[in-house]
Amino acid sequence: MSGLTKLADGASLPLGSAAPAAAPIAATPGYWGNVGRRLRRDPVTIVVSLILLGIVVLAVGAPLFTDYNPITGSVLQRLKPIGTPGHWLGTDETGRDIWTRLCYGGRLSLLAGVLPVLISLVVGSLLGIVAGFAGGLVGTLIMRFMDVLYAFPSILLAIAICGLLGNGLSNAVLALSVVFIPPMCRVAETVTTQTRNLDFVEAARASGTTSWQIIRHHLLANVMGTILVYATSLISLAIILSAGLSFLGLGVNPPSAEWGLMLNSLRQSIYVQPYVAALPGVMIFVTSMCFNLISDGFRAALDVRLNK
Amino acid sequence: MLLFAARRLLQAIPILLGVSLVVFGLVHIVPGNPIDLLMPPDASPDMIAQMKAAFGFDQPLWIQYVRWLQRAIVGDFGISIFNSEPVRGQLFTSLGNTFLLALPAATIGFTLGIILGLFAALNHGRWPDKVLSAIATTGVSLPPYWCAIVLVMVFSVLHSWLPAQGMGDDSLPLWDRLSYLVLPCITLSFIPMGVIGRLTRAQIADINGQEFVEALRAKGLPRRHVIRHLCKNAAPPVLAVMGLQFGYLLGGSILVETVFNWPGAGNLLNLAIFRRDIPVLQATILVLSAFFVVLNLSVDIAQAAIDPRLRR
Repeated sequence: MSGLTKLADGASLPLGSAAPAAAPIAATPGYWGNVGRRLRRDPVTIVVSLILLGIVVLAVGAPLFTDYNPITGSVLQRLKPIGTPGHWLGTDETGRDIWTRLCYGGRLSLLAGVLPVLISLVVGSLLGIVAGFAGGLVGTLIMRFMDVLYAFPSILLAIAICGLLGNGLSNAVLALSVVFIPPMCRVAETVTTQTRNLDFVEAARASGTTSWQIIRHHLLANVMGTILVYATSLISLAIILSAGLSFLGLGVNPPSAEWGLMLNSLRQSIYVQPYVAALPGVMIFVTSMCFNLISDGFRAALDVRLNK
Repeated sequence: MLLFAARRLLQAIPILLGVSLVVFGLVHIVPGNPIDLLMPPDASPDMIAQMKAAFGFDQPLWIQYVRWLQRAIVGDFGISIFNSEPVRGQLFTSLGNTFLLALPAATIGFTLGIILGLFAALNHGRWPDKVLSAIATTGVSLPPYWCAIVLVMVFSVLHSWLPAQGMGDDSLPLWDRLSYLVLPCITLSFIPMGVIGRLTRAQIADINGQEFVEALRAKGLPRRHVIRHLCKNAAPPVLAVMGLQFGYLLGGSILVETVFNWPGAGNLLNLAIFRRDIPVLQATILVLSAFFVVLNLSVDIAQAAIDPRLRR
């Protein structure tokens, strides 16, 4: 795919106008350069990335933005409404500052959302590329096993694994990784099989290139774009699901700050402080929305046909 | 066509066996015998051995598996460790309740999604497209459990228009009982609406750009006939995802049923996890997953019925 783009870009380079005929080749930005340029021209992606960056900064630098402790609260300050002096987003049922817990909560929520996707990206695409490239018995075995895992509704499988292994961050990450590996593997296998049969791979093989070199130089470059776009689209779901596991009491353990867990404990207070109780969900929603829109922008930027 | 259906049916059998192995294996990966966890610490070894024998946990694993599968195939899922009632009755009642939510939710979600996606694609790049796409993306990004809480907050806490939880008494008039369905159904319909809306839009827009559609327009075919061609070509992938989404509605019902305290399969699963009620847990996961497999199988066959090219 990228090979084609390079050709297309090179061909459409305005030789006559801006670039003098002297060095047209050096001015070609290359495939990923083009993708970056298209991303930078997409206002939605930029705004959304900035919002997400803000959330990440708040989570990582949480101690800089608040003076309170996320774990201990004051019982005297229980369930204050939004706008209380000293607690501008109110307090929860044990008197902990909501703003503080939302900031700190981003750490575990983002981690529990992004980490499973990274793990399944590595494991799933590796299995998929091997299955697609090797084919034969190995390929069939891998793909049939994935079919079985794929036969479970994803949330159900995650809940079953978490429920049986017991709660905790690592089990939640493990459960979601297992859930995301089969679809990732399928996508990787499909694109690998498509690419493997293209002429330039044939040509490389005919000229004596080893399998490993073909995978490294020809396959990965062409396959990674599709796989990465797919992975970014999974992060949004992973954020919702990992917070959902904590919401059910199957993920992160209390008293840790995590958005799903906060939502669960504040749920009991919905008749007392309805607005405060909804706040952790706003964070999950906004983060998930950001990842969805970034994934859309990324997909559009990688799409060769939309090359502008 | 019949041949294709028969072949797909045969292919589903090893998948179902694999699913049953995973469900059974999952339970036994966890260290400790389920009975050991359940018995009081001062129970005599005799008593524990008796309980294990009663539930068949003293047999080798593969015998346990074969016996469990043999009985599960004919719909006998053993008895609950927690309340010693047959699992089957509890499971089917709660499955029925879950379907009661999932069917209307899926109908609403799919219908809205298709209308939204079609309308957006036909206005590709103009403002209706942008607004509708934003709605669809919002639907996909909404955490269902939070959506449930917000709806309860607005419609039950701030204004007491609709009941916040439960499914009402049998003695209530039909209309009042239906009111218990409204909030959970709306909550569950958002994600299918978003997913189907986004997919339909992408599919229709893609097909709209193909040459045969150009040709249909060029020969003067009325707009609604062109749209019919578009829909028929977009149907197979949309159908496939509808199948998946309906399965996710059932499997993911746990997240929404917990908020609404709806006595469905998700709630049963939740209780089984916290009570470590292994027979109930295994049966719920097995039946939901088996249903998911059968659902995808029917979708495959339906796809092939629409598009002869898929009958390979």
